[in-house]
Amino acid sequence: MSHLRTELRQRAEELVGLYPQRRSAMLPLLHLVQEQDGYLTPEGITEVAELTGTTEADVRGTASFYDMFHLEPVGRYVVGVCTNIACLLRGGEEMLAHASATLGCAVGGTSPDGLFTLEETECLADCDRAPVVQVNHRYVRTTTPELFDALVEDLRAGRRDHEIPPHGTLIRVRRAGGLHADHEEIVAQRASSRAARDERAKESQ
Amino acid sequence: MASLDTPRIVSSRWSLPDSHTLSRYLDSGGYVALRKALTMFPEAVAAEVDAASLLGRGGAGFPAGRKWSMLRRSAISYLVVNGDESEPATFKDHYLVEHDPHQLVEGVIIAAYALQVSQAFIFLRGEFALGLERVQQAVNDAYEYGALGSTIFGSSFSLDIVVHPGAGAYICGEETALIEALEGKRGFPRIKPPFFPAAVGLYGEPTVVNNVETMSNLPWIVNNGGAAFAALGEGRSTGTRLFALAGRVRNPGVYEIEMVKNTFRDLIYDPRLGGGIIDDRAIKAIIPGGVSAPWFTPDLLDVPLGQDEVAAKGSMLGSGSIVVLDDTSCVVRATWRIVKFFSRESCGQCTPCREGSGWLERIMYRLEHGGGRAEDLDLLLDLSDNIAPGLTWPPQQTTICVLGPSIPSSIHSAITLFRDDFVAHVEHGSCPHV
Amino acid sequence: MSDQTPITVTVNGRSVEAQPGELLIEVAERAGTYVPRFCYHPRMEPVGVCRMCLVEVDGPRGATLQPACYLHVNDGMSVTTDSEKVKKAQDGVMEFLLANHPLDCPVCDKGGECPLQDQSLAHGSGETRFVEEKRHFIKPIEVGALVLLDRERCIQCSRCTRFAAEVAGEADIAFAGRGDLIEVAPSPTRPFDSVFSGNTVQICPVGALTAKPYRFTARPWDLDQVESTCTTCAVGCRIAVQSSGNRLTRVLGLDSDPVNHGWLCDKGRFTLDSVDAHEDDTDPLSSASRITEPLVRRDGVLVPVSWSEALERAATLLRAASDESPEAVGAIGGAALTNEGAYAWERVLRGVLGTENLDAQFGDGLDPALLQALAPATIDDAAAAPVVVTLTGDLREELPVLFLRLREAVVRHGHDLIEFGFGASALRSLAHWSLPVRPGEAHLVAAALAGESLAPGLIITDSDLRAVRERLGETGDGVVFVVGRPNLAEGAEVMERAIRLLAERFPAARFLPVLRRANVRGALDMGLAPGLRPGRSVAPSPAGRDTLAQIEAMVEGRQRAVVLLGGSLLGNVIDVERAREALASADVIAVTGHGDPTLAYADVVLPVAVAHERNGTVTNVEGRVSAVSAKLVAPGSAWSDVAVAVELAEQLGTTLPLTSLDVVAKMIEETTGYPALSVLSDDTTDGVLVNDPQGATLRRPLDPMAFPGIRGVDHVGLGELSGRTGALELDHVGATSPATLDRVVAGREVASIAADAYSLRLHASRRLYDRGVAMMGSPALAELIAMTRLHVHHADLDRLGVGTGDHVRVTGSGVSVDVSVVADDDVPRGVAEVFVNTVDDDGQNVLAALVSRPELVSLVRLETTR
Ligand SMILES: Cc1cc2nc3c(=O)[nH]c(=O)nc-3n(C[C@H](O)[C@H](O)[C@H](O)COP(=O)(O)O)c2cc1C
Ligand code: SF4
Ligand code: FES
Repeated sequence: MSHLRTELRQRAEELVGLYPQRRSAMLPLLHLVQEQDGYLTPEGITEVAELTGTTEADVRGTASFYDMFHLEPVGRYVVGVCTNIACLLRGGEEMLAHASATLGCAVGGTSPDGLFTLEETECLADCDRAPVVQVNHRYVRTTTPELFDALVEDLRAGRRDHEIPPHGTLIRVRRAGGLHADHEEIVAQRASSRAARDERAKESQ
Repeated sequence: MASLDTPRIVSSRWSLPDSHTLSRYLDSGGYVALRKALTMFPEAVAAEVDAASLLGRGGAGFPAGRKWSMLRRSAISYLVVNGDESEPATFKDHYLVEHDPHQLVEGVIIAAYALQVSQAFIFLRGEFALGLERVQQAVNDAYEYGALGSTIFGSSFSLDIVVHPGAGAYICGEETALIEALEGKRGFPRIKPPFFPAAVGLYGEPTVVNNVETMSNLPWIVNNGGAAFAALGEGRSTGTRLFALAGRVRNPGVYEIEMVKNTFRDLIYDPRLGGGIIDDRAIKAIIPGGVSAPWFTPDLLDVPLGQDEVAAKGSMLGSGSIVVLDDTSCVVRATWRIVKFFSRESCGQCTPCREGSGWLERIMYRLEHGGGRAEDLDLLLDLSDNIAPGLTWPPQQTTICVLGPSIPSSIHSAITLFRDDFVAHVEHGSCPHV
Repeated sequence: MSDQTPITVTVNGRSVEAQPGELLIEVAERAGTYVPRFCYHPRMEPVGVCRMCLVEVDGPRGATLQPACYLHVNDGMSVTTDSEKVKKAQDGVMEFLLANHPLDCPVCDKGGECPLQDQSLAHGSGETRFVEEKRHFIKPIEVGALVLLDRERCIQCSRCTRFAAEVAGEADIAFAGRGDLIEVAPSPTRPFDSVFSGNTVQICPVGALTAKPYRFTARPWDLDQVESTCTTCAVGCRIAVQSSGNRLTRVLGLDSDPVNHGWLCDKGRFTLDSVDAHEDDTDPLSSASRITEPLVRRDGVLVPVSWSEALERAATLLRAASDESPEAVGAIGGAALTNEGAYAWERVLRGVLGTENLDAQFGDGLDPALLQALAPATIDDAAAAPVVVTLTGDLREELPVLFLRLREAVVRHGHDLIEFGFGASALRSLAHWSLPVRPGEAHLVAAALAGESLAPGLIITDSDLRAVRERLGETGDGVVFVVGRPNLAEGAEVMERAIRLLAERFPAARFLPVLRRANVRGALDMGLAPGLRPGRSVAPSPAGRDTLAQIEAMVEGRQRAVVLLGGSLLGNVIDVERAREALASADVIAVTGHGDPTLAYADVVLPVAVAHERNGTVTNVEGRVSAVSAKLVAPGSAWSDVAVAVELAEQLGTTLPLTSLDVVAKMIEETTGYPALSVLSDDTTDGVLVNDPQGATLRRPLDPMAFPGIRGVDHVGLGELSGRTGALELDHVGATSPATLDRVVAGREVASIAADAYSLRLHASRRLYDRGVAMMGSPALAELIAMTRLHVHHADLDRLGVGTGDHVRVTGSGVSVDVSVVADDDVPRGVAEVFVNTVDDDGQNVLAALVSRPELVSLVRLETTR
């Protein structure tokens, strides 16, 4: 029995099929588990181990290397505030302290209503809108405390859900189309073109 | 005044509405270069890139043409695009993938054709949720349009591109760590030798890894010829380049300007660019090229923005990020934050990097937040020396990858340039700025 | 490697010859320069993470610091390891490693034998400049049933995780986290229960991983050590056995090139407590007890008596039987003996009592003469062969370290593995081809490989068959067949016929026969089987009963007395009920050091020294003779096997000139040419091959960084032995000859199977953690003993509408039992797999219940219990 919902399981199998080796699908698959469960549940980890031909310890160990994966439950909205150099110079630490006060939770913690988890992040690569805030990995561009508070209000009321879906970086990423020639054929094609190239190289000498 | 009359090569569409869509791309000259490339021999395309002298835009600045020529001959080889962009204050690739994803995809197809690889992967930073959506959409559109997949535009060339999300780890920008992540593993950089991607890369096969911006230059180069590109800039630094300007400037942002023809002063002060310092304060320091780079002081403002020019002054242009500190900024705090970044992002394999970054971070924390001791300055430098012996530039290495020897740069710069500030912290017991 | 032209490398000004591509760290060591290290382990791929091994290497851009552990040397390379720069770099790494390492050496298990401690003395300033709080973890966590982890002591060298993933292929521990928060972690849902888990403890260069059984039991400086050979199975791993006082504390794997590469399985490593941990248990019927005094049955109960009384009683019983006819006496067992013990017993039984009814196998082995006749392959040969074909049970369960060696050949060196797939097997995922083989079919599949057309009913595909045939080539050159007895519910003739077919068809192929029991090879080579003679030769007119025939003869009253060499007959035969019947109707003399339920039938019990209490030689699967050494004095009044045999002969009226161990060893060597005394007194090799006495492999020098805890020893063997052999009777040598394929009897015909569509064929496979003496007697491991259930392909279960966890009624030879089933698609369709010498959740021995008589194949029927 698959722990992933039918639709996600299907996406998972498609993902595995994209790569020459199935383990390569590890990171996208873990994103899918988070899309369904909010965090990496033991059942989700077991399923990824099965899909990638690895072990649970290996999947957990791999996942824990990456900041975006959560091995414990988190809030519906993961709020990331950058304090790295560009943001530091423009009030990142103050923004983080403000966010902590507004959400009522420590950095790394989850708000009492369980809705928000607050994280201090490294540079989020949007430095001209410093201090940078992301919610569920979407830039929200709330550079002042007032804007931040308004955002939190909106989120609480569910008004931003169309642009900030709960967990699931890949929730709107769907691959359509794909190669219609099989890999072998491509390799053969390359080989002949390479032979032609060698031929040309010889002629030009 | 900055010289801004050169063409925009990679950022030309950023101001267009819906610049990320196929239709906008097509009506602004999209996929013309690919059609042209497909009429050329693959090696002729590579020759144009070589002639352009296109330096890699990911940080190391290695000529793309040279790298391509090093690809080991093999039945299977891969092209991997590095869109992990996590170097602090670097945010150019972010714009490229969100605002012009088709240009990237077209560049990738051109490169794949020139290299005759069997499959291409675009590795995008996981935090680029919108970027992932847009690049995947562009890839989908390209398949639909016939620019990707089997027998592209009726030629005998076929290609598959997979968009691969990262998941939050700076080290995955390092090309061998990126390959590990692409193989579904922890992002541990590989030992070298023997793992040089062009020889032994993804799945053990020869692999070219290039940056997003490097790829985005290719359609223009094919359309206009390598010589036209090489005519811009000077010396080894040809063409234009995206500079990500951040920190205490009025107008932070990403600016595409010609290489070498402009200086740090131009970029920071030109009203069409950085527009000067907030409240017209004085510059205290400039961090060129990312947080691994040694710092500049204002006396170097007239150094041209060129790879060799910056290197000649003992730093690097790196990823094209420029961070400006003014006289209100605390250099000890800035240094601490940079070291904290490395400590959080060290992959943890090599002892000097793993333990050294953590130790340095804790000492810096004490200096900034209370408890600093006079002897800490020498200790910082000696520990730094144990990570990058001699504290030279470019650094010597005790570790597998260059994240390790990048750690001491800011400490060394800051202590050398602003020792008094450190002493003041020790004497005051913590940061005197707060 | 060796056929390349050597190159020259300069290390600290000294030039040294090397092979291109060798690792600098190894070359430097040969040049007399030991480069410090932590993560590097000579038996695993280098990863270069600890950075302790930095040295200066001259290059185009001047001398740069490079890690010696993964740098391949090239011609003219010049290296400096003692410059100021190198010293500062190495001291720096050491200081970084200690920054977060707790200073708890006095209470740490590794204290006193810790590579980190040792190298910090050589490369540390002694003073810490680190004033911050160190990393803290809740301590310790259990990573598996036998291994604990103190995370704060970990230095992230990744030796353990690499061992698990690369060597064992069970990545159930892995690094978690990043940067200085990195830690070794198991999955909370699936612990690291590999049968190789103890190796991670052994190679941990600090005290982070500890073995539960050993933790806090001794301090290294109290330990005393001998080198020996593990006799838990027949791989014969070389080991260091350590004790503190008269208590065994630890077994460590020695880095033996031809055999175990330093690795051990957990059974070999941890069952040492079955030897010395049972002072309180004196019940001779309990596997957890030791027999410390001679026992004689009086009024139905075993009572302690003097040696002379016990020997007299034994002699009386044996004499009474043999007076009737030599045929009325027999002996079963012997694989637990040393070669010297086996030889002495052979002399008593065959020489004095005149019986040919000897068998060191328990009806679960193969014709030893056939095995002797095959072109032999060593473990190294199998590991080096481009193609290996296994006709065995699950090697990870039967001969674990041989599994590791073959796994390495496939995974690291890319050799091809072809598997006869009898049941579930850890080799399956490594095999390039796995040919499903059902009970009673192995010889048919072999015939198909040999070129005959595919017999009807086989379930292998034509394309697989073609591919495998092609891989085997015309003559089998470069092929090693690893052959054993995978299914104990199948007649031996099936495998014997299969082996013979392959040997005849592929004359250039070689064979590694894998009989599993400890020193079974040695016992057979010493003549403990019908028709064999000491020194690997066969008698001209073989007659005599093997184990199964002896059991039948006892039941029928034709055999009146039996000597059990090793006490556990009931734990070793499949048809337990028949064996009980046999024992009940005969006089039973048991020679054993361990208690066992079998002793309920014993009339006399003679206590002997067991593993780690005796000296001598043993022979492993590949025919390598190596020494076992005593670390402890046997408890109570137990004697050595040799002494018991000689004294019993004396009681029977014959004085054997076997006055001491070395005399026996010398006699074996001189009269049969079989290596014995030379091995015992040799301290330079890892043993000597029977077939190639000249080709002994030199021992590797000890690397304490790779194998911490092992002491250097001057003597590996038992030293110069000075015994005299005196006048020997050489009657037994005479008219024997070595076995060759055409001299070996053709073997029994294999009948065809009359299977119906509704029956499943029974596949009885061995488990490492079974109810054998060592496991049952080991408090550390007893809890891990496998439970048996019926493993069946899901398609066969679907027909009944049952699945994993459901109970079914199984009927075989007229008996029905209820068992729980597991859907297991590694089992071929039409087959039901059960484990030997195990019980199910209800405590019933399913196999014993279902198989009542040795038949070609055992058929069972499943029904739902509803
Ligand atoms: C620690 C570290 C981080 C890096 N991060 C990035 C990155 O985020 N993006 C990138 O393109 N290159 C990054 N690089 C450089 C890559 O290793 C590689 O040189 C580059 O992707 C090659 O592309 P280019 O030749 O087109 O510049 C990083 C290197 C190091 C050592
Ligand atoms: S230098 Fe640091 S980041 Fe690079 S491989 Fe070593 S530990 Fe990892
Ligand atoms: S890096 Fe060479 S021994 Fe660890």
